[in-house]
Amino acid sequence: MKRIYLDHAATTPVDPAVVEVMVSSLKDNFGNPSSVYAEGRTAKKSIDAARAQVAKAINADPREIFFTASGSEADNWAIKGIAMKNQAKGNHIITTKIEHHAILHTCQYLEKHGFEVTYLPVDKDGLISLEDLRNAIRKETILVSIMFANNEIGTIEPIREIGKIVKEKGIVFHTDAVQALGNIPIDVKDLNVDLLSVSAHKIYGPKGIGALYIRKGLPIDNLIHGGGQERKKRAGTENTPEIVAFGKAAELATEHLETNINHMKTLRDQLIKGVTERIPKVRLNGHPQKRLPGNANFCFEYIEGESILLSLDIIGIAGSSGSACTSGSLDPSHVLLAIGLPAGMAHGSLRLTIGKSTTPEDIDYVVDNLVGIIQRLRAMSPIDADNPIDSAVFDKADHHH
Amino acid sequence: MEYTEKVIENFSCPKHVGELEDANGVGQVGSPACGDIMKIFLKINDEDIIENASFKTFGCGAAVASSSMATDMIIGKSIEEAGKLKNSDVVDALGGLPDVKIHCSVLAAEAIQAAIQDYKTKKA
Repeated sequence: MKRIYLDHAATTPVDPAVVEVMVSSLKDNFGNPSSVYAEGRTAKKSIDAARAQVAKAINADPREIFFTASGSEADNWAIKGIAMKNQAKGNHIITTKIEHHAILHTCQYLEKHGFEVTYLPVDKDGLISLEDLRNAIRKETILVSIMFANNEIGTIEPIREIGKIVKEKGIVFHTDAVQALGNIPIDVKDLNVDLLSVSAHKIYGPKGIGALYIRKGLPIDNLIHGGGQERKKRAGTENTPEIVAFGKAAELATEHLETNINHMKTLRDQLIKGVTERIPKVRLNGHPQKRLPGNANFCFEYIEGESILLSLDIIGIAGSSGSACTSGSLDPSHVLLAIGLPAGMAHGSLRLTIGKSTTPEDIDYVVDNLVGIIQRLRAMSPIDADNPIDSAVFDKADHHH
Repeated sequence: MEYTEKVIENFSCPKHVGELEDANGVGQVGSPACGDIMKIFLKINDEDIIENASFKTFGCGAAVASSSMATDMIIGKSIEEAGKLKNSDVVDALGGLPDVKIHCSVLAAEAIQAAIQDYKTKKA
């Protein structure tokens, strides 16, 4: 059966050109980049080239790019590294309620160690308010970390404006741009950001490699201590094949950025139009315009998300959901709750994220089949317009708590 | 997390879906906040035997499959026997459920008990 992969926000298939450079590096480029002899020098050279490719993708200087083992590590480093470096100055951090767990859980960890964190709310479309941000800034504020684009609902935050406000106050500004890279033009010089996290596997590169952009001269503590790699900022022998692969993926993302954006936008709009026109009682989550070009996120009333995913999987379609049932936790997505959806509604979410190989025919197939799937699941549900969800709460609600 | 074939089968082609017009025992458990609600309909005869059972479920694949399997297992049984149906019986009949989904089978057993209770209350 043909598979239609619509979960590019989770991860992307590795581009064949990326596989090629990675395999070739793995085979022929085994030297330790810190070694002085030829094998080491070759490895070092390939890393330098990759660093330049990644730097170019965000208009940074290559010396501002530091490779990490993931986007999560880059986020951890940015938050903990700035917090530790500046704890004499202050102990207050500002972030949002809709960040990735790599940010949220890191902030929660710091809260246990004497830091105070403000989690900014978002409006119904997922946007933070600049006014809220201004009001949250205190004299103890040492860091603001606000994501570039949300991984679930695709909303793009006003990073440039945020950066301007934060810079005026002399506070460090970090943005998690893991979902933005390859989907939105990023120019760190224009954005007023001090730190920016990216990851390879969201841009058709391999898993296990990310990077942190650190503005030149910004003082930050190390997260991984050890050898002198990455200009003494991130220890550990360099993962040459993955770094080279990340470089290639970044190069391709930069080269085809405009084409990819237009392609994804067209298909996303086709998907949103098809779903909202043909299926009743559906809500589009995230900002209608300020959203990632490949992101569509819906809530279907009266049904639960995992059963939608399972139904799609059976006919060859891969998607994701903010339902608790897909995460192993009891609570639905913190992002959907933050935009004000009731829990019951949040459980019925479906995220479909388009990629560069998605076709218009794929979208037609998905929409055609989704109509029947939603109908079938709704017919099975005890909730409908006559039996609304609120009256369906029973006293045994705590059965698995 | 992976479902057994039996779960997929009971999810894709569930038995006993919908409302029973002549149900004389109806039970509903769960909450939308937790992501699953199960409603069981029973048609019980004068000898307290379950002649027919059906369900309506808001929930994941495991919740639908548990509802389908549980209703299938109690048809033809006395309400006394059906009331003793354990969630582990449902899990076994489905060839297992992932750990995080065990609560779905608990819900099915509870919904049946609630429906039997409803029948007894109405009868009394």
